[in-house]
Amino acid sequence: MFDIQHYYKAESIAQAVEMLAAHPGSRLVAGGTDVLVKLRHFDDKFTRLVDIHALPELKKIAAQDGKLFLGSGLTFAETMACEAVTQYIPVLAEACATVAGPQIRNMGTIGGNIANGAVSADTAAALLVLEPMLVIQGREGVRRAAMEGFHTGPGQVALAADEVLLGFEFDLAGLKGLGAAYYKYAMRSAMDIATIGCAAGVKMEGGRIADLRLAFTVAAPTPLRCRRAEAASLNQPLNDAAVAKIIAALEEDVQPRTSWRATREFRMRIIKTLAGRMIAAAAEGAKRGN
Amino acid sequence: MVKLKLHVNGRDYELDVDPRESLLTVLRDRLGLIGVKKSCGVGECGACTVLLNGVPTDSCLTLAVWAEGQCVRTVEGVARPEGELSPVQRAYVEAGAVQCGFCTPGLVMTTTAFLEQNKDRLASVTREEIKRAHAGHLCRCTGYEMITEAVELALGREVKGAAECLEISK
Repeated sequence: MFDIQHYYKAESIAQAVEMLAAHPGSRLVAGGTDVLVKLRHFDDKFTRLVDIHALPELKKIAAQDGKLFLGSGLTFAETMACEAVTQYIPVLAEACATVAGPQIRNMGTIGGNIANGAVSADTAAALLVLEPMLVIQGREGVRRAAMEGFHTGPGQVALAADEVLLGFEFDLAGLKGLGAAYYKYAMRSAMDIATIGCAAGVKMEGGRIADLRLAFTVAAPTPLRCRRAEAASLNQPLNDAAVAKIIAALEEDVQPRTSWRATREFRMRIIKTLAGRMIAAAAEGAKRGN
Repeated sequence: MVKLKLHVNGRDYELDVDPRESLLTVLRDRLGLIGVKKSCGVGECGACTVLLNGVPTDSCLTLAVWAEGQCVRTVEGVARPEGELSPVQRAYVEAGAVQCGFCTPGLVMTTTAFLEQNKDRLASVTREEIKRAHAGHLCRCTGYEMITEAVELALGREVKGAAECLEISK
């Protein structure tokens, strides 16, 4: 028996927002692969639950007017199987494929992966590169927020206690020509948490870098975009000297820490290595058209 | 208490469950399906894997109420009614993929779903795909090689050494 003190089953998003507002201290549970584990570990911040598990409203996939909307309640497996994802934003499918193992991917949701604020979230680096707008339902209505800056600290995001993340809206027109790649560095290739996760997005114009988006997980207290490294890349040709310059600037962007998984120095080495590899892979993808 | 309708291994059940209960405890403690193993309780080991509408699911991290109206399949529903082993179960025996047996019911469910999902392309399934599909299971005994071989046997492939294992198991 899970140590749930109060359990409220929401039949709609509107009802979930009302329940969150009416019951201070309550938290959403969707896939449950994180919240139920916290309950197993007797984390008392999760004993009041508003259940939005498998709400059809949160499983929406809509592609129109150059935008793709993915509902926050889509599981990792559903996201990987979504044709619009594999066609337009395959890097998100690649990131989902690195999450835990099949059973967790069948249950855990892409919304939960971001809303729980995990520093190691496998989809976070890919989403930081893809720059979707987060669509958020509150009591006053719907608001939109950028992916960058949404994470405010370890396990923390800019979501009010009575707000529900509805999903992610991708600007497909803006993503045209962007090649992207993600790599999760972990001790095992399944059922593990990233030591470092790295995603890069590259747009080339006339043999020069027109747009570099470089994002990491576990490289700082939140998933982050590396703005100094990105600035160092502008209008550079894609060669060893330019990549060395980007990687040098990168050191100022990240603040890896020592934990039982890896030392700060080892993480820094992985960060630099992955940056070079992912920029190359993303540029390769830009040539192929993704 | 909440009313819960479940279709488990071909039978319909209507139960009153506590929303705090996991599907795992309902299956084990209420329906007596103790082939569903409880181990880590946090979705790491896969011993509690059941098929929820055909999809491998950690029953320890599933609230029982989430299974409302769904089809649940456990290892008890895999063998034929007279107790004859399913092809997947037979393959596990023949490959020597069972030692202590605690992880086996969950693995058998994942392999069963894997074969069903890939039934139109059995010949082209790679070893890497087999490993990825079974990566959500821990086995302390076999070292995974014999499990991978069991899946290959279930796919209808010849596996070196399997006949020998069968001799020993007799």
